[in-house]
Amino acid sequence: MTDTSHGTGGLAFDTTKRSWPNEMNILLALIIIVVIFEILGQVLPYMDNQSFLFDTRGRFDTIFNEARLQIIILQVAIIGIIALGVTQVIITAGIDLSSGPLVAATAMIAMSFAQTELVNGNPNPKAIFGAWAMDLPVIVPVIIGLMFGAMIGAINGTFVAYFRIPPFIATLGMFLICRGIALWWSAGRPVSFPTESYKFLGSGMMPVFWFLSLAAIFHIILRYTVYGKHTYAIGSNEEAARMSGINVRKHKVMVYMIASMLAAFAGIVLSAKASTAQAGMGEFYELFAIAMAVIGGISLTGGRGSIIGTVLGAMVLGVIRSGFTFVKLDGSYQLMAMGGIIIAAVILDQYRQRNRA
Amino acid sequence: MSEEIVLKTEDLTKHYGGVHALEGANFEMKKGEHVAIMGDNGAGKSTFVRQITGVEQRTRGKVWLYGEEVSFIGPLEAREAGIETVFQTLALADDLDVPDNLFLGREITKWDWLGPFRFLDYKAMRQATLEGLEKTAVKIPNIRNTIRNMSGGQRQCVAIARTATFHSRLTIMDEPTAALGVQETAQVENIIRTLKEAGEPLILISHNMRQVMDLVDRIIVFRRGRICANLDIKSEDISGEDVVGYITGAKTQPEYSDAA
Repeated sequence: MTDTSHGTGGLAFDTTKRSWPNEMNILLALIIIVVIFEILGQVLPYMDNQSFLFDTRGRFDTIFNEARLQIIILQVAIIGIIALGVTQVIITAGIDLSSGPLVAATAMIAMSFAQTELVNGNPNPKAIFGAWAMDLPVIVPVIIGLMFGAMIGAINGTFVAYFRIPPFIATLGMFLICRGIALWWSAGRPVSFPTESYKFLGSGMMPVFWFLSLAAIFHIILRYTVYGKHTYAIGSNEEAARMSGINVRKHKVMVYMIASMLAAFAGIVLSAKASTAQAGMGEFYELFAIAMAVIGGISLTGGRGSIIGTVLGAMVLGVIRSGFTFVKLDGSYQLMAMGGIIIAAVILDQYRQRNRA
Repeated sequence: MSEEIVLKTEDLTKHYGGVHALEGANFEMKKGEHVAIMGDNGAGKSTFVRQITGVEQRTRGKVWLYGEEVSFIGPLEAREAGIETVFQTLALADDLDVPDNLFLGREITKWDWLGPFRFLDYKAMRQATLEGLEKTAVKIPNIRNTIRNMSGGQRQCVAIARTATFHSRLTIMDEPTAALGVQETAQVENIIRTLKEAGEPLILISHNMRQVMDLVDRIIVFRRGRICANLDIKSEDISGEDVVGYITGAKTQPEYSDAA
């Protein structure tokens, strides 16, 4: 159904059309889901004819219910940043389970270098280091956080590419190690009272700004650069990539490093938004990030998937979550329903693939 | 050494432990020539090719490409020197389209100062792909389709079209039609004829007697790791039966009598 070729028939070979992009299907699904919630808002007896996304009550003097739109995207922005990296890893036929705990570990480490010396005129009660690490410019904790992420990613990538450990196992190990690091750092107590400039990184709609800017950058990188092409090539046929002269091992390490740096950055933004860093942060983030990529049409066997798909996948997840709250569905049901939707997305994708072949 | 000699090997030998897979192969081919390599399974055909293309390191012997002595440490180096190999197993990435596959590992790029994030010049690659396909008379309905959506014949054509796109100095095909149907085989054979007309030298490994008699100028027969016959089928009157005789060991050319 997404195929525009016509077999080996007599067509001339000067046609260079692109085929119907997979992303359109996800956009379609997103619209359908929105319509369903709109209908539910009108139909369900207890909903009092509320609109899901439109401002029908004239509260804001706008067409859309901007508050809800903002919440939807803000909710998924931070996990979305992780999903941008996870997408690249999955395209190489890998997986990264370590991102959730890495968010927590990075949040704690980075914020330790972003603390203010004085809180309401008194010394910072949560101080991790002495005065030398207080009131540092915001670039310091950011760079330290990103470097920590790069280190974790390099270890992940090295185990996967050079020691041939299955990505699932290598990153599962790192999952536990990172959670351990997060607990060990300041003995599990929260790190708090960051500088104003650090807080700004996560204030208001900043997480959305980071998410969409990084998405745009990595969309361009994956689609238009050699790095992107080789990422797809490795996931598609690793042997062919090697025979074509691509340094597969080095490239994989780079992909895992970029993914972990994105997760680390998500940790920085999350702690800045919350103004505190805790060892339990980022629980299930790795799974939601993978779910976004999967809903976005990525293939877990590698070679297929896109940043646009993952962004749309994040939006689908956000809309569903917000929609469930809108129709007053309890949180426990929300989790169950979301699990079902993720599985349904994969089944649908496999069905689509079979029909195409 | 004459510039007209495309490839020359002298005493090319490969031992795998105690197994003498290839023993003292002396081979020479001229510009524009199409040479077939025949022989039973395990006779040393593929071993011979693997030593030339740098997939394996030879035990002994010398190789010259266009008069220049070469010793490739890997297939990539051989490719950069102009030897294009179409492997039995297709080295194509299924999720990429035709230009992507043709240029995999040697993309046309711009803004190279960006290092690994340098940009791909899609337009130039598409243009070169269309030219390469035209040159080989390969017909592919839409070059922006992924390889996954293509038939076996089309895939093989894409693999072969690489050689034309990169103006290779020597093309080696390892049983290019072994897995193809009748029509697809004919398509590939047509491409080989096009290469012949264009004067592109080719080494063809094949088990298909009709195909070989149809297409090439000369047949080299391998038996038990040694060359046992060098048959100029265009000028001498040699039948398929004669060739089979050499392959099975019923016949041996006098100058190769030590191979018997």
